Amino acid sequence: MTDFNYDQTLHLKNLLSPDAIAEIDGWIKKYPPERKRPPIIAALKVVQEHNGNYLTEELMQAVAEYLDVPHIAVYEVATFYSMFHLNEVGKHVISVCNNISCSLRGADKVIEHLQNRLNIKVGETTDDGVYTIKTVECMAACGGAPMLEVDKVYHENLTEEKIDQILSDIAAVELNSKEMSNVEAKD
Amino acid sequence: MGKVHIEIDGQKLEAEVGSMIIEVADKADIYIPRFCYHKKLSVAANCRMCMVDVANLPKAVPACATPVAEGMVIDTRSQKAINAQKAVMEFLLINHPLDCPVCDQGGECELQDLSVGYGDDVSRFTEGKRVVKDKDIGPLIATDMTRCIHCTRCVRFGQEIVGIREFGATGRGEHMEIGTYIEETVESEVSANIIDLCPVGALTAKPSQFKARAWELRQAPSIAAHDCLGSNIFVHHRRGEIIRVVPRENESINEVWLSDRDRFSYQGLTEGARLLNPRIKRNGEWEDCDWQTALNLVASEMKRIIGASNGNDFGILMGNNATTEESYLAQRMLRKAGSNNIDFRTRRRDYTGDGRGSVRSGMNFPMENLDTMDATLLIGADLRHEQPLTALRVRKSTGYGKAMAINPFDGEYNFRLSNELQPKSNMLAQEFACVLAAADALRPESLNAEAKEWLDGIEFNDEHKEIAQNLIDGEASCILMGVYVQEHPQAETINWLAETLASVTDSDWGYMTQGCNAAGNKIAGAVPCQSAAGGKSEQGKTAKEMLTEGLKGYMLVNCEPDVESIWAEQALQNLKDAEFVVALTSFADGRVPDYANVMLPIAGCYETSGTYINVEGKWQSFAAAVKAPGEARPGWKVLRVLANLLDLSGFEYESSLQVINELREKFDAVGDVRVARKVPPPMMVVNEQETNRECLGLYMVDPLVRRAGALQKTPKASTHPISISRVKTR
Repeated sequence: MTDFNYDQTLHLKNLLSPDAIAEIDGWIKKYPPERKRPPIIAALKVVQEHNGNYLTEELMQAVAEYLDVPHIAVYEVATFYSMFHLNEVGKHVISVCNNISCSLRGADKVIEHLQNRLNIKVGETTDDGVYTIKTVECMAACGGAPMLEVDKVYHENLTEEKIDQILSDIAAVELNSKEMSNVEAKD
Repeated sequence: MGKVHIEIDGQKLEAEVGSMIIEVADKADIYIPRFCYHKKLSVAANCRMCMVDVANLPKAVPACATPVAEGMVIDTRSQKAINAQKAVMEFLLINHPLDCPVCDQGGECELQDLSVGYGDDVSRFTEGKRVVKDKDIGPLIATDMTRCIHCTRCVRFGQEIVGIREFGATGRGEHMEIGTYIEETVESEVSANIIDLCPVGALTAKPSQFKARAWELRQAPSIAAHDCLGSNIFVHHRRGEIIRVVPRENESINEVWLSDRDRFSYQGLTEGARLLNPRIKRNGEWEDCDWQTALNLVASEMKRIIGASNGNDFGILMGNNATTEESYLAQRMLRKAGSNNIDFRTRRRDYTGDGRGSVRSGMNFPMENLDTMDATLLIGADLRHEQPLTALRVRKSTGYGKAMAINPFDGEYNFRLSNELQPKSNMLAQEFACVLAAADALRPESLNAEAKEWLDGIEFNDEHKEIAQNLIDGEASCILMGVYVQEHPQAETINWLAETLASVTDSDWGYMTQGCNAAGNKIAGAVPCQSAAGGKSEQGKTAKEMLTEGLKGYMLVNCEPDVESIWAEQALQNLKDAEFVVALTSFADGRVPDYANVMLPIAGCYETSGTYINVEGKWQSFAAAVKAPGEARPGWKVLRVLANLLDLSGFEYESSLQVINELREKFDAVGDVRVARKVPPPMMVVNEQETNRECLGLYMVDPLVRRAGALQKTPKASTHPISISRVKTR
């Protein structure tokens, strides 16, 4: 299964902290040893978190080697789930659902408004590296369509006003943390 | 297994419990359209094309994933079924481009056929179609992934049959793509089977891309010539030019598959620099001449050298693609002319078994049985690179059985090994002997006194014992010796160990041999120790003696000892030093022109009729698919005429059939006699320097493969000294 020419310096243990490896090992232990594919999602989540919120080919290959599954099995999972980011993203990823329910309830208007406000297109990141807009598949909140998710929080029944509020909340958090770091720098 | 009674389209059928509707329908010749279903692959049920109407079920169901039940009444062409089929077809065509006129699959495309047969004539889809970026997956397979309909046959082939999953479905929904994600060359040695599996034009053969249309091609049944299986093939040609080679189904040999080597080797014929006329070297310059002149010169030189040396100084070396007819005629001619120096084993170090063993060498059990072995022990066998399709069979058996290996190299396996020993090359026999000693300890009553004495003092550990125990425990078990063993300096010892271990553990055994016709060459008598069908012969010189000690005269039949023999360097020097070398060859390039004095153009594979005898002892005859180019003639005809010119009697054959029938009669009269070895061979200690370090590369095994352009560009091809001339000669 494994690649014969695999470069050992790219071993997952050399790319992640011992804590992260321990977390992945915990997930592996939850499944019978011959079932190698179930821990892929969990492992990718851990890796993504430890890599500034995105995955690289190198990391995905390392996960595949670590779990002893074909490389392609990891790529399949990583490309299927929209929570995995395959390129560098901003600090706050705004994931807008554009599946059937949200689309019927005006997801395209939500996306348009976000694009106008942030002056970027879907899939792009603002120059300051703060915002990324992404369209995602159904997040099981059809009852509150249209919806978006940002920083692990669902925002439902969106209107332009609500979106503006969400954006200004993020901006406030950003400003706060900037000031905090300025203060720390002065100390 | 119980039986149930069902009815399909009014036809009453009996079916096994647990079988799917589509299997039963296929057996009864009732066609149900399908894309994702394939009898050799798992059921995916994702194309939904095989919808049928089952009475009392509210909706149409997929025939590939619906098991039969007692009393089931199925209608494949009811209005409900037709509606479902039309709807599925409309969906499949939503994103499929309408580029059939420029698609290589056009004319033999399942999607095209089924859309005519089962689809509607109008599409209601007016939106934009999606486009998928193409991936370069190597020199063998052309991709056009926009045409892909996501049947996942290629994905399942990799996962289930090959055991190396290179393809997958990335992305989701509208963005789902079949591919390798990261652009990389597919590496498997059976990768091109996905070309046959692909129901559309997404995966097509790159070497034959845009060369011909399916309806222009004629197909001729033939036998593949690069490993000892003798895979059944169809040669597709247009007006005498070979366009491609595809597998011909034979469940007992290649099933429905074909190795990449057998599939693409034909390129050597169409792209290699072919020898088109007989040539004589005069004062160091090659001159074309007619057959008469060339053959007269060969005959007189042969007479002179054989006459002057009492047969000692002339020898014939047969190549790996030589047909049984060619070998039979060559040895008969040579022996009648007064010499026994003929051999095809240019990669054998140990000749001590000559005169013993069986008339043919090979397996003592049908290849199919490999699928269901409980235990398979590989000795010096690199199955994936020697006989790629046997590796697939062994892989099948590992679903429930065990595979074990004693290989003195870091092997690549597409199945899991339960036990693996990796001795040093010169210690292979010693390591293997430990397993026999362990088996003897487990079953002390089986061996005779000589063997027990031989084993005296050999110690074994738990691993050896486990291997022996697995062989004993397995209801069906076998020991396979690979090409590596046949090249080993202790080949005879290892062969004896294997056969003895097989008898102690009630296992089958098999010698996997080099080339496509080792069994045929041996039966034909192209060995210095026996004539045709195991007939007596005075001992002549072996290939090793001929190549390392040097002869005054050589005849090479489709053989390039300077590349393919173990003693390549010595061979080259001795061939250069020889007084006279005649090469019967299909090619004008390589180093043959450097040392030959006469080159006679003979027909290549697929251009001559002949017979290959495979490793199981199956005689497979074939006719020429196309005519040889220029003045090239089938090898058997050249040898027959040469025998006439040597004034030998009994060479009045008018067809290759007469030749093979004569041999067959001789062989059937004696059968496959085995001369048992009474005393075990000596266990010598082999110097590390004298032992074999490598076998011929996957794509180096014979002159044809070495010139097959696309194969030589794959990652599995190793570098080799022959430059491939891309000059078209026809």
